[in-house]
Amino acid sequence: MSIAYILHLADNALVLGHRNSEWTGHGPILEQDIALSNISLDLIGQARNLYQYAATLIGNGATEDTLAYLRDENEYKNCLLVELPNGHWGTTIMRQFLFSAYQHPLYERLSDSNDENLNAIARKSLKEVTYHLRWSSEWVIRLGQGTAESRAKMTDAVNDLWPYTQDLLLHSPEEKEKWQERVQSIFKHASLNIPADVKMISGGFEGKHTSHLVEMLNEMQHLQRTYPGVEW
Amino acid sequence: MPSEEVIFQDKVDREIRIEPKDWMPADYRKTLIRQISQHAHSEIVGMLPEGHWITRAPTLKRKATLIAKVQDEAGHGLYLYAAAETLGITRDEMVDQLHAGKAKYSSIFNYPTLTWADIGAIGWLVDGAAIMNQVPLTRTSYGPYARAMVRICKEESFHQRQGFEILLVLSRGSKEQKAMCQDAINRWWWPSVMMFGPNDESSPHTAQSMKWKVKRFTNDELRQRFIDICADQVKVLGMQLPDPDLKWNEETQHYDFGPINWEEFWQVVNGNGPCNKERMTARIKAHEEGQWVREAALAFAGKMSSRAGVRG
Amino acid sequence: MKNTFPLWEVFIRSKQGLDHKHAGSLHAADAKMAIENARDVYTRRQEGVSIWVVESKHIHASNPDEAGSLYEPANDKVYRHPTFYDLPDELKHM
Repeated sequence: MSIAYILHLADNALVLGHRNSEWTGHGPILEQDIALSNISLDLIGQARNLYQYAATLIGNGATEDTLAYLRDENEYKNCLLVELPNGHWGTTIMRQFLFSAYQHPLYERLSDSNDENLNAIARKSLKEVTYHLRWSSEWVIRLGQGTAESRAKMTDAVNDLWPYTQDLLLHSPEEKEKWQERVQSIFKHASLNIPADVKMISGGFEGKHTSHLVEMLNEMQHLQRTYPGVEW
Repeated sequence: MPSEEVIFQDKVDREIRIEPKDWMPADYRKTLIRQISQHAHSEIVGMLPEGHWITRAPTLKRKATLIAKVQDEAGHGLYLYAAAETLGITRDEMVDQLHAGKAKYSSIFNYPTLTWADIGAIGWLVDGAAIMNQVPLTRTSYGPYARAMVRICKEESFHQRQGFEILLVLSRGSKEQKAMCQDAINRWWWPSVMMFGPNDESSPHTAQSMKWKVKRFTNDELRQRFIDICADQVKVLGMQLPDPDLKWNEETQHYDFGPINWEEFWQVVNGNGPCNKERMTARIKAHEEGQWVREAALAFAGKMSSRAGVRG
Repeated sequence: MKNTFPLWEVFIRSKQGLDHKHAGSLHAADAKMAIENARDVYTRRQEGVSIWVVESKHIHASNPDEAGSLYEPANDKVYRHPTFYDLPDELKHM
């Protein structure tokens, strides 16, 4: 597995974990605040494992923190979907669902990988992602079917996020079919439609990001950049 | 036949826990609802100042532990709301009281978190003071409250250690980091000392609460214990507590300390702290923006159960 | 519309072979949500292997005023307790 691809997986997990953690303390229901924080913790944990692995391959004193905190946005390889701002709770749920529906078959496949390190990370993460997928699927259905207002909000969320779904799967062609099946089935239960004729936006893997990632990294990397070379 | 009041007090005196359906004096119920809901609100509002640094935590490990900590606070708020609910008030009512400005929460959370060192200082001092208050509450007379506190204290133990460790790393770091560390201690020390509440002579409810064993030690007893412990711990950091009068007293076997600025305390309690408004605005916003989510979830649950009803 | 999620009681089996024990309460719109909330709230530190939830309104409780008639009759049935039987110290493993 290439270093670039491992960083891609790690960046995906970190950026989404970071975005979700912006909800901590601000969730719509106390119980769901706790639930989403758990997902953040899982994702950041996955990112750390993947960065640590990448760091051993890169050498040169690389660590999980140099990879997370000292790369510029054009070196980040995450898909664009995860860097978008949270929007409302429905957008956050929809994004988590679209992402988990990709991560689940991905980690399933990587659990059989010949790469021992990746294999171990994938096996551990798969258990977490199975729950993320279940939790987010149920919330998509709940909000899709709930009230007229929640339906409208979920429809907006789908329309806002759909342009970034091609980018999500661009470097995981093996997962595409399973992803589509899952999304179609949950959307059917949620009475939501897949938008037609959408202009797709991509480029995350190649480091072509939105300004949202720049802002996010400015905030996230602030201390490490201002006081270089010290311990925290 | 002894009166219900006598039986009640006898149970309290014999350390038999009072449970939700047991007879209890109306004032006991009222005191508990006030105290437990204040405590719950403090946990929830307390998520905000620290949550502010989740997105800026300087390493991935720090980020993860901070999320876990703030999430624990949500859990603690939840346990406490649930304990209060056994007394006949709903969580919604308590939250409404908070948002309407009718319920109090710990004033400490109305101070801003300006630097990363504040996260350390909160863990060491604010959580330290909280633990000092909370450990005796694991033996409080009301069963559901005591049980919630057992769970909370078990989980709290990592918070204070985490905070102290953040400061320890800073205290051994660069010149800027050391300054950051001392500055945070300077700003959080007195508000933490005030967390134990007014002096005993200005705390009118203390005697009754002690008799009911809702409270186990007085404000001043707990405050003194806290100061004694911190005055020694700060030496490990090689930092100073911002109190020129702090001095070991051989005779009392305690530290003497300088006068507390009670005017500032009451200012912040009464809503004029640096962040009172900001905190309430954030909580109200989260609640209002969550309205459609809660409505949708309930509507969905209603649809599911009526469908199940048709099938059944 | 007053949007109050009902209250649920959570019971957790901490490990295989033990009983489910009351862990606390939480709010949820439906049973599925209650189970997931219970997992997120009450098993953050691997406290459980199995979760039961029941809506609080379905729990019927005994009346504490009747505690005397319900439980005290067992007070004099000391023969139900192992220490009732006086056996020689040499006897082990019983």
